Amino acid sequence: MTFFDGDSSLISNLPAIVVTLPLFASLIAGFLGWKNRKAPYPIAAVALFLTFISSVVLMIQVMSTGVAIEYRMAGWAAPVGIVYVIDHLSALVILLITSIAFVNFIANKSNIDTVFRNKAGAFNSLYLLFTAGLLGMTATGDAFNLYVLMEIASLSGYALIGLGSNRAPLSTLNYLFLGTIGATFYLLGVGYIYIATGSLNMADIASIMPKILDSSMILFAFIICMVGLLIKMAIFPLHGWLPNAYSESANVAAGLIAPLTTKVTIYIMIRICLTLFTPQYTFDYLNTSDLMVWLAIGTIIFGSLSALAQKDYKRMLTYIIIAEVGYMVGGFFLGNRIGVSGAILHIVNDAAMTLALFMAAGIFMWKTGEESQESLKGMFAKMPFTMAGFTVAALSVVGVPPTCGFFSKWYLISGGIAAGQYFFVAALIFSSLVNAILFFRIFEIAHFEPFKDHHHHSSNHSNKGEEASAHDTHEQTIKEAPLGMLIPFMAVSILLVVLGLYSGQIVNNIINFAIPSSIL
Amino acid sequence: MSIETVLSIKPVLAVLVSLLAIPGIISSRSQNIREAWTFAAAGIKLLLVVSMLPIILDGKTINYTLVQVFPDVGISFRVDALGMLFALVASSLWIVTSLYSVGYMRSLDEHSQTRYFAFFAVAISATIGVAFSANLLTLYLFYEILSLATYPLVTHHQDKEARSSGRKYLLYILGGSIGLALPAMLITYHFTGTLDFAPHGVMAGHINSGLAMLLSMMFLFGFAKVGIMPMHSWLPAAMVAPTPVSALLHAVAVVKVGAFSVVRVMTGIIGTGVLADFNINGIICAIASITIVVASLIALSQDELKRRLAFSTIGQLSYIILGVALLSKSGMTGGILHIAMHAFGKITLFFCAGAIFCATGIKYISKMKGIGRRMPITMTAFLIGSLSVIGFPPCGGFISKWHLVLGTIESGSLIFLIVLLLSSFLNAAYFFPVFYNAFFCSADEVLFEDRVEEAPLWCVVPLVITASISILLFFYPQPFLNLASLAVQTIMGV
Repeated sequence: MTFFDGDSSLISNLPAIVVTLPLFASLIAGFLGWKNRKAPYPIAAVALFLTFISSVVLMIQVMSTGVAIEYRMAGWAAPVGIVYVIDHLSALVILLITSIAFVNFIANKSNIDTVFRNKAGAFNSLYLLFTAGLLGMTATGDAFNLYVLMEIASLSGYALIGLGSNRAPLSTLNYLFLGTIGATFYLLGVGYIYIATGSLNMADIASIMPKILDSSMILFAFIICMVGLLIKMAIFPLHGWLPNAYSESANVAAGLIAPLTTKVTIYIMIRICLTLFTPQYTFDYLNTSDLMVWLAIGTIIFGSLSALAQKDYKRMLTYIIIAEVGYMVGGFFLGNRIGVSGAILHIVNDAAMTLALFMAAGIFMWKTGEESQESLKGMFAKMPFTMAGFTVAALSVVGVPPTCGFFSKWYLISGGIAAGQYFFVAALIFSSLVNAILFFRIFEIAHFEPFKDHHHHSSNHSNKGEEASAHDTHEQTIKEAPLGMLIPFMAVSILLVVLGLYSGQIVNNIINFAIPSSIL
Repeated sequence: MSIETVLSIKPVLAVLVSLLAIPGIISSRSQNIREAWTFAAAGIKLLLVVSMLPIILDGKTINYTLVQVFPDVGISFRVDALGMLFALVASSLWIVTSLYSVGYMRSLDEHSQTRYFAFFAVAISATIGVAFSANLLTLYLFYEILSLATYPLVTHHQDKEARSSGRKYLLYILGGSIGLALPAMLITYHFTGTLDFAPHGVMAGHINSGLAMLLSMMFLFGFAKVGIMPMHSWLPAAMVAPTPVSALLHAVAVVKVGAFSVVRVMTGIIGTGVLADFNINGIICAIASITIVVASLIALSQDELKRRLAFSTIGQLSYIILGVALLSKSGMTGGILHIAMHAFGKITLFFCAGAIFCATGIKYISKMKGIGRRMPITMTAFLIGSLSVIGFPPCGGFISKWHLVLGTIESGSLIFLIVLLLSSFLNAAYFFPVFYNAFFCSADEVLFEDRVEEAPLWCVVPLVITASISILLFFYPQPFLNLASLAVQTIMGV
């Protein structure tokens, strides 16, 4: 690994580059968009690719050295200056963000070209800005800087969603109100922490925490920070903004925002609880587990049942996302090592699964122009490869091995059993069964009902020949999505299995180091 | 107890070979090339399985860990006597069924044959995977893959009936495995810290009697493929599938995977000691006995031949569970042996049902009067198959039933002896009328002309092969009998 040995300035500046690269590219793409409609896309694509490569290098660096990289912005030391901290946890999430942003961007090239023909500059610029915001939130070790970056991500997110369907602006407004309330709560909490500790640096605050465990100001700060974050991650009953915002947005925007926003917010929650408030305060002193796990159970049940009531494919996905938020929040607040591992692993797996499902949504939309589940008739015969990928993604959400969804669910359930939270275990099993119903309902439509208007009623064997020929005509007209969409989608669905098989390695080599040793 | 282990990738290859054939099956331009892929894969698979047989008969096991997914649990393969017996049955019958599939599917001009052969290959891979699993996680993985791969096969006709049957199939199979078996597995893992199949189970000393009972029931009903009542009604519903699917999957692979999984869990996870100490085996025996008798009674009233066979299968599967749960040496040998013996007999019967349907389009027993004159070979094979399932000499089924009967006497539970005898009587009662009416009905009842017209050769040859093997197994049961007694030796430690 001589590559990293030299004190190369490029490598040592990577924590800053990974955030600032998309940020500057966003500005350039925005300006060039006025001059030339074709310019922004390649710029954004290159920037996202380079960001992705940087995040891979960061991950390798953290794993090979085993120590967190601390980067001081403009050379100011903590606690006065702003530091970016790349440890196992943030490196993992950064890698997740950059890869999803890149893959989703590449897969949707034709969508972007057609849907945002006259808004190329704005769209590409916002896409990069949103990515930069999420990356900054993940990397920063400063509680206030986190707020600033959260607002960058949120504002660009509102704008991205607003570019969607006719009803999108209204949904965005709703999202904007609630999102702003959430962010403001968080900011208020940070204010109290600053008053109590005189610091904004997370590690610095953590070192002061043991002395002020009894402080009511810290308790209030904790509660209000949590409420703010819970709104932002759309936990039940604070979820109202999510379904409309995600289902009304354009597919390419949903493909970026839906897999990442809730997951990064959950990462922030874990980060705040572990790095800032310390596990001792969160789990031992406050004993938040029961309350939060019950909140998670409520979210899982509510999300699953609501998903069952949806006729529209994308809206169904949005409720599944809400249920999955419950998985991760519940897993984390089980407070034991298995549960926390499961929550972190599920951040990765769920993001990948959601990406795959929204990419499938993009392909279905491209094919049928509709979003209802009924429009998927005959899809297995029409698009066998897309449907194979979709099946893998669906099974991953259900939790069937060897897809990745099974393995994180395994950790979550094991954690639940170890913590004696049997209702959480039951909720997870319930949700898996509901997910099975949800997706097999779609499979049935796609498998049994012929494509579009072709009807055949025969079921007895006397006119079997007729039936067979009806099927044959469907089979002969396989028409898959263009390769530019299909290849990234297939790659992601294969990744779902690879992630599953390597989950042991991910937990051993990354997640184990991301969890403080005080959590058993 | 030291068992010599051999490290070899062969079990993994045996699982994967049919999966690797799928790109070939899908991309083939002509039917014949496509079927060539299937036969090549089936042949290689059987060779791989057979090549491991001497090592297993030597008392060794073959191990291979593919990937470590949890600290103490990986996707691992382990070939032992029990797994070898099942793999041998499944991989040899895949070849025969493939022959039969070609005849059946082509003569009925079925649609989507490529899909059919592709998912068949996945299903057989998963079956071998279950047979060679070293731990419960790996077994669960392949169990689920099998559940999902058989769904498109069961619903092959894509009509209303197939849709509702498919729903029922998933409800029981997937509902059982996710709702019961998965949590049971995780609870077991939590308390014991391992999921590896051990010769005497892993629960002893870790789990109290109430929990052991609960987990046993969760496994027994969760692995719904075994069709223990009341988790049985997916099986008759699944008979809407094309007959080769019913033959291999619903007489051999799928249902036996259920039985095999339950046997594995009872012996390798729960452990015979725990079963006996907490008297769980008595309850399992009782549940199995009820299933045996009730299923046989229901079978009596079925007029559709495949449904009658389905209920017969439900009863016969519980023989396996009953035999193992008796916890006596002969009972366990008989139960394990029944996996093989019943497979050859029952697959013959399904082949016959399919051949009749292919040649005449008839599904109902009441319309088969005098069919023996038209299809003498098929109906003779039918007789042999039913004799084997009933347990008459000179058929393989006799050997396993003999051990089962001995097992009930050894364990001193005469009630189960009565169950077995009653069931054999009922089996005869629902099989003989089919045969009798086919050949010996009065002249004015005969529905067929006096002219021999069998199903296509591709359909007839396989059923002749399996019928002959059924008889052969009476005289030479050694490969399966040796494997079964070897398996029992490991489990009972004698």
